[in-house]
Amino acid sequence: MTTTAEQLSATTLLRFATAGSVDDGKSTLVGRLLHDSKSVLTDQLEAVEQVSLSRGQEAPDLALLTDGLRAEREQGITIDVAYRYFATARRRFILADTPGHVQYTRNMVTGASTAELAVVLVDARNGVVEQTRRHAAVAALLRVPHVVLAVNKMDLVDYAEPVFAAIAEEFTAYAASLGVPEITAIPISALAGDNVVEPSAHMDWYGGPTVLEHLETVPVSHDLTACHARFPVQYVIRPQTAEHPDYRGYAGQIAAGVFRVGEAVSVLPSGRTTTITGIDALGESVDIAWAPQSVTLRLADDIDISRGDLIAPAADVPPVTQDVEATVCHVADQPLSVGQRVLLKHTTRTVKAIVKDIPSRLTLDDLSQHPAPGQLVANDIGRVVVRTAEPLALDTYADSRRTGSFLLIDPADGTTLSAGMAGTAFAAATEPVAADDDAEWDF
Amino acid sequence: MSAVTTTVTEDTANPYALSHLDSLESEAVHIFREVAGEFERPVILFSGGKDSIVMLHLALKAFAPAPVPFTLLHVDTGHNFPEVLEYRDRTVKKHGLRLHVASVQEYIDAGKLRERPDGTRNPLQTVPLTEAIQQHRFDAVFGGGRRDEEKARAKERVFSLRDEFSQWDPRRQRPELWQLYNGRHAPGEHVRVFPISNWTELDVWQYIEREGIELPEIYFAHEREVFSRNGMWLTAGGWGGPKEHEPVQTRLVRYRTVGDMSCTGAVDSDATTLDAVITEIAASRLTERGATRADDKMSEAAMEDRKREGYF
Repeated sequence: MTTTAEQLSATTLLRFATAGSVDDGKSTLVGRLLHDSKSVLTDQLEAVEQVSLSRGQEAPDLALLTDGLRAEREQGITIDVAYRYFATARRRFILADTPGHVQYTRNMVTGASTAELAVVLVDARNGVVEQTRRHAAVAALLRVPHVVLAVNKMDLVDYAEPVFAAIAEEFTAYAASLGVPEITAIPISALAGDNVVEPSAHMDWYGGPTVLEHLETVPVSHDLTACHARFPVQYVIRPQTAEHPDYRGYAGQIAAGVFRVGEAVSVLPSGRTTTITGIDALGESVDIAWAPQSVTLRLADDIDISRGDLIAPAADVPPVTQDVEATVCHVADQPLSVGQRVLLKHTTRTVKAIVKDIPSRLTLDDLSQHPAPGQLVANDIGRVVVRTAEPLALDTYADSRRTGSFLLIDPADGTTLSAGMAGTAFAAATEPVAADDDAEWDF
Repeated sequence: MSAVTTTVTEDTANPYALSHLDSLESEAVHIFREVAGEFERPVILFSGGKDSIVMLHLALKAFAPAPVPFTLLHVDTGHNFPEVLEYRDRTVKKHGLRLHVASVQEYIDAGKLRERPDGTRNPLQTVPLTEAIQQHRFDAVFGGGRRDEEKARAKERVFSLRDEFSQWDPRRQRPELWQLYNGRHAPGEHVRVFPISNWTELDVWQYIEREGIELPEIYFAHEREVFSRNGMWLTAGGWGGPKEHEPVQTRLVRYRTVGDMSCTGAVDSDATTLDAVITEIAASRLTERGATRADDKMSEAAMEDRKREGYF
């Protein structure tokens, strides 16, 4: 591969996550993407070969490339999200490598929260199983824009089209019912290398892209003109120097949409209105800036603005509320209970809050809602109602992943308790309520 | 990559697509500003190496036209490259910054640390580092660690809570969701912050080129007196090399990382410009640590073990 410096710097960045249990061949797929994109270097491969050999294994165990911790190597499992990096001439990739074990729903939620795309792995011999539906539900819940269904181990079903077609149809129908906007199904063999990086010689009937080709071409930037523009104020820059005696800028990363010089904006929660007089994009003055650029806004009026405020177009402000209804994934070992006092971190603002109600708990297997569970424990997903001490400018998560998401934090020890998504859970799902609450919950 | 077709992607046509360097820069600046907004006494670990140089550059951009609201801390092993120390001091002066130095040599002289038989001082940095953090009551400590460097680092959070002993417990990390970083900590604890977690070695070099950032000369090919140890070219000098059976020779070399002279190896190279360095790295079949760091080869979990104790 010969790549010039110009080609390299013209590339874009795609963040994606993988989901699938170890038996589905996730490690092999990740290993092959890294290996075939030449992202595994000689010394890393040698280290893996050496350890594999010392354990009496004949072939290098590619899972050793990704299992970074002592405990993981000892137990032979992946216990935590890890981030991997690889590149082609056309794009850079950040892969959130999330463990597929049932008890680690929180890890997939973590990986999916920043992902533009999720790869859900299915074993062609087993088809869509409970675990597949959980993965699809998490991708839908986190509103990951693109989902790839990788039907793996096609070599073990004689590369038969009907096997693939049936799985793809069942998964697509299920995921679409949850509101997943785009689903691409690809028949692969991670072990044999079919349709991962190289097109398969065994599946003439498949006319679509390989996994890597799809990753390279899927759009990463959205139609920003359709987004509500949002700018959480992170930090106020006031040099007060001889050179800049009057400079006052509001620094932050644009969470969504586009901002322009001359635009009328409102500052929330106060509701004061002013005009953007300048945008400084890390040292360069610009007329227009968009998500996710980190910039500094200058405003016409010297109004009281501080960290935690939100700047939005005057004609398109989010609702301001102290009553938050949301779906949360509980990520801590200690439970979340009704009546509990917590901190809520939303964009750059952290406020006191109280859990008023936990109306239901969701099981991802059949998407049934179990009423009034009283508390949520690790890896539970549930509906919550939270009352905050101060008003928040809160979008629904469906409208904006960045300004519709929040954390619940334990004020006593700082533990991150739950990951919250404001508004309804799924884009288009029927959510049946279960008749009674049996005690068996394993996700 | 022969199988990949070369159709024009949608991104090149989309005026709102950010290049990967712009995305990484924007993310890193966001992280610097989060720390400035939430912590009382942050400090940037600054060694004069390329990663910390890029971090300082990002911090300068994040708060411009105001000065960087952080001090700097360097853990000086006593075996640092003179060119790098000179660069460090010049840079600190140029930007009107304040530098704290924690000296391994002073700890050895005071009898608080003992020289290792292999002469490597890298692991000895942990004690002066953690004591400096306690002494100055730093509550956020920026490091230039990247997840692509090493597989234990691939597990590291952007905001990584450390207890009052500066220890890292990889099994008790806070999940990091969206761009919402949780920096809550008790008195005595601190948070290690890694703004360039998601950058690769190549990203760092491309960014240095794009931004026209000056580097210490040892990153570019130059004639140097070196000797071979454990398959690496080490710089001859007062730190303890070479031994009798290790003949010194003059070679055209450069460094991919900057660290303690006793364990940081040079690579044969004729790359004297940024372009040449980038071409060389893009074609290299070795990771930067595999090529140039002796201390990571000590055991399979060397990095994890050192990080648990408080090392970066």
